[in-house]
Amino acid sequence: MRTHLNLPSIKGNVLPMVLLAIALIALPFALALVGTAWVRITNFAVLFVLLSLGLNIVVGFAGLLDLGYVAFFAVGAYVYALLASPHFGIHLPFWIILPIGAFVACIAGAVLGAPTLKLRGDYLAIVTLGFGEIVRIFMNNMSNPINITNGPKGIAQIDPFQIGPIDFGKSDLLAGLNFSGPIKYYYFLMLALMLVVVINGRLKDSRIGRAWVAIREDEVAAKASGINTRNIKLLAFAMGASFGGLSGGMFAAIQGFVSPESFVLNESIMILAMVVLGGMGNIFGVIAGAVLLSFLPEILRYTVEPVQMAVFGHMWIDPEVLRMLIFGLALVLTMRYRPAGLWPESRHRREMTVVANK
Amino acid sequence: MTAAIDVLLDASGIGKRFGGVQALKDVSLTIRRGEIYGLIGPNGAGKTTFFNVLTGLYQRDGGQISFDGKPLTLESPHTVAAAGIARTFQNIRLFGNMTAMENVMVGRHVKTHAGVFGAMLRTKSERAEEAGIRRRAEELLHYVGVADHANSLAREMSYGDQRRLEIARALATEPKLLALDEPAAGMNATETGALRTLIEGLRSDGLTVLLIEHDVKLVMGLCDRVAVLDYGQKICEDIPSVVRANPKVIEAYIGTANE
Repeated sequence: MRTHLNLPSIKGNVLPMVLLAIALIALPFALALVGTAWVRITNFAVLFVLLSLGLNIVVGFAGLLDLGYVAFFAVGAYVYALLASPHFGIHLPFWIILPIGAFVACIAGAVLGAPTLKLRGDYLAIVTLGFGEIVRIFMNNMSNPINITNGPKGIAQIDPFQIGPIDFGKSDLLAGLNFSGPIKYYYFLMLALMLVVVINGRLKDSRIGRAWVAIREDEVAAKASGINTRNIKLLAFAMGASFGGLSGGMFAAIQGFVSPESFVLNESIMILAMVVLGGMGNIFGVIAGAVLLSFLPEILRYTVEPVQMAVFGHMWIDPEVLRMLIFGLALVLTMRYRPAGLWPESRHRREMTVVANK
Repeated sequence: MTAAIDVLLDASGIGKRFGGVQALKDVSLTIRRGEIYGLIGPNGAGKTTFFNVLTGLYQRDGGQISFDGKPLTLESPHTVAAAGIARTFQNIRLFGNMTAMENVMVGRHVKTHAGVFGAMLRTKSERAEEAGIRRRAEELLHYVGVADHANSLAREMSYGDQRRLEIARALATEPKLLALDEPAAGMNATETGALRTLIEGLRSDGLTVLLIEHDVKLVMGLCDRVAVLDYGQKICEDIPSVVRANPKVIEAYIGTANE
């Protein structure tokens, strides 16, 4: 039977899979040797992978351009912050809050989806962009008259995850290894990632997933084939949003602090860039895109300055400027030479080659 | 009309106006179960508009449609598909970047139920349903004769195969009435001949077919009854030999001497 996942077939590829698993398990300790900051950077990269996979349902599968995706990330983060911090004095365990956050984001996704059902392309992008901003501005202003979100000051002292005696906010020594907080989150995020990848793959190769792709390909024909396009599109928004909400909850716990500033338009654009650059529709392409775009700016942050010093002897260009310049250039070049993304879904690849050859 | 005649679709007084253009005016027609019913007329006569009204892509301004004994109210395309009317399009509308197989599998949507949770958990019933969808899609690809291209992208298939694939996708919804909008358009004589065999096969398998076609020879040879539209009005409805001799039809197609 054919698999849509592009998953390496288990039989022939046991060794590489095992090596990959070992590498991923060992990775945080190797990174910790360089600096705990790198474990944190990796954790954020994994969060962005989760977000990209969520957005991929909306943009990659169903073909609905969403420029306000970070709103659902924000919803999930704030749900976690409000239910696990001194702000309201509520301290629920994370395994209760994460599903609540995903559910609330799911509802928000449906609420956003409803007015956009008849829109396509540019118009859809503008409405979703507006929605993203509305959510952020809400968070910014919901401190008056009743203080719900604490406004621009944000919510601090958010509880870390706690599984039995294991506190994700502290370090534990086990078998001579130092399991720091970030390392624990890393393993948790990896589990979440595996779950989300499996769910994504299954959805894609299902009745619902085919309906999403059918809508992307030709909405009129999809309708005539008996697909209730309204409900199926809403479902895409809701599913994508719940992944965003889930990631948001984890973000709040890892960060320990949320404020509206974390959920600006730039973040939405970044997540979309990860999906597009990696290869819309292909789960592994999207993962590659997210990993690359999360690490590249960080690597440049640490290399731009020393390289300039070594080559020219003094700083010619402000590192922050140069960093974003190189980053932007890399994006432009990728899209110029690999318009369908680094690792495109086979369908998209052919589509884009056809367009490129015209 | 005798009680013995089994009417599948009864449309009466259908009207549709686009701004100042009366595209359909008081069109009434009856399609009997098991027949091939042709709808012909010069360009712009309103054939495709009638199709779009019937299949819910356009909302009609007036008139009633009763299908399989039940009224078809002002509905959306997917409910029409669920009621048992499937269609193809004049300018083929496949899901170009999906395989032939997937195209037909999409057609099974309306007859299957698995939701998000079934798919995420890969429940037993979901897997059984998926296997059923795949099996039926394979059968249909064989039926229309494009099984060799099951894993080709629809956009990469030949024109004739695309037409057939579109029919397979429509059949996947298990329609009672299959509405074909100019299926022979752009086909050569061989392809048209094969299409004719396919449509005759559909009839002998008990399906009712509504056929819009420009190829008069194909329509006259294939259809049990034919209706002619001209300027949005039905000018004639009868068996092919009678329609062919009708002066109004000749006038609509060829024009009068005084013109």
